[in-house]
Amino acid sequence: MSSTTKASRIGEEIWKTRVDKVNAELVTLTYGTIVAQLCQDYDSDYQEVNKQLDKMGYNIGMRLIEDFLAKSGVGRCANFRETADMIAKVRTSVIRNGYMSEQVGFKIFLNVTPTVTNWTSDNNQFSLIFDENPLADFVELPDDGRSQDELWFSNILCGVLRGSLEMVQVQIEAHFVSDVLRGDDTTEMRVSLVRYIEDEMPPEED
Amino acid sequence: MSAPPRHSAVMSISNAGPPQSASTDKPQTPQQAQTPTQPMSGLRVPSNRKTIYDRHLNRSRNAELSRASFAFLFAEMVTYAQRRVTGIQDLEKRLNEQGYPLGLRLLDLLFYRSTSTSSSALSSSSTSSSPPNRPLRIITLLHLIHGPLWRLLFQRAADALEHSVSADTPNEYMITDNDPLVNTYISVPREMSMLNCAAFVAGIIEGVCDGCGFEAKVSAHNQPSEMWPSRTVFLLRFGDSVMEREKVLERAGVK
Repeated sequence: MSSTTKASRIGEEIWKTRVDKVNAELVTLTYGTIVAQLCQDYDSDYQEVNKQLDKMGYNIGMRLIEDFLAKSGVGRCANFRETADMIAKVRTSVIRNGYMSEQVGFKIFLNVTPTVTNWTSDNNQFSLIFDENPLADFVELPDDGRSQDELWFSNILCGVLRGSLEMVQVQIEAHFVSDVLRGDDTTEMRVSLVRYIEDEMPPEED
Repeated sequence: MSAPPRHSAVMSISNAGPPQSASTDKPQTPQQAQTPTQPMSGLRVPSNRKTIYDRHLNRSRNAELSRASFAFLFAEMVTYAQRRVTGIQDLEKRLNEQGYPLGLRLLDLLFYRSTSTSSSALSSSSTSSSPPNRPLRIITLLHLIHGPLWRLLFQRAADALEHSVSADTPNEYMITDNDPLVNTYISVPREMSMLNCAAFVAGIIEGVCDGCGFEAKVSAHNQPSEMWPSRTVFLLRFGDSVMEREKVLERAGVK
């Protein structure tokens, strides 16, 4: 529990002092128009829309982690060894502290702090519960009898998480299991650890 | 690619398909569909009523998000659009089309907010205050875009508002943004130097104009200056019908 409060305190601090901000509605509407465009382009094939959103999120996540590391003040790395150390440090904090960095990451990205819960006994799976989800403000899914069963509107977040953790050598799988937009009472994402990516040293330079 | 009607690309993707009775295709929940609290549509709603109908529209009015989140989303949007187009014009058209539905919606939001604040401030005694003042003349519309719309989106007014000086094009107006937020994190390759991703914002403006009943074409153009390298001019070209009406209204003394 202490790690959770610590994470939210760090997140709050960074959010207040080090994050450039923008009107939330601009982000919400922009995301909405992206999803609407995908639904149109893929002719309401929601499985494909989910996949595309996840892909976009992955691209974002890979770059977002830089922003996160810079803002969370882990510091600059002088050489490769230090880089490895730093990654390990982040990785340990990721694992030990209940995926603390994810919480901080979501705080910085979306100004929300999801609740981490429902750990499995082997500590390899957990859930993120989103009380607030700015991406889904002003949103109602199409009333076509399918969208509420097939479309995960905020699926981009799964990709963001996957991409950013892969950059610190943690391979995960993430998917939504419930969404308020589908008529569920909560918005919940299930995250499972796949494996830790082993260091691959670049070939020796002679 | 077939050209769908513009209004179909709705932001909230809410009105796709005809209304249908929930009981026909969801036989497993017939009693739920018949309860009077259920909205007219066949959509399921959470029991804690966290729906767009139950939450206040002004809830997110002063909310903020990280600028990085916008920058990343916008960049993904541009990248995605780029994969499906043949040239710069096509890309700008697509970005414009994605902004358009936002404009239609932002217009309603602007009026909703301008009345809800003014009615409480000015005439708190009368519950039915005067209906929102939709602009009738071009210049009021332009002020609406230059001021309130820009402030809603970018937290500041636009930098300049000009009328074309040429007598041949009295229907052209220009709104300038010295440093558009949308272009802050976009670097355009040299061979595409004509591209201006603020075409997205041009689409928003176009949506606002159309929503107000002012048919217009809006485009974004690079006009860098020494001090403002990413200065962008939004060129608004109003249709003939708008200009005709403008003359009539001018004679009638409508403001």
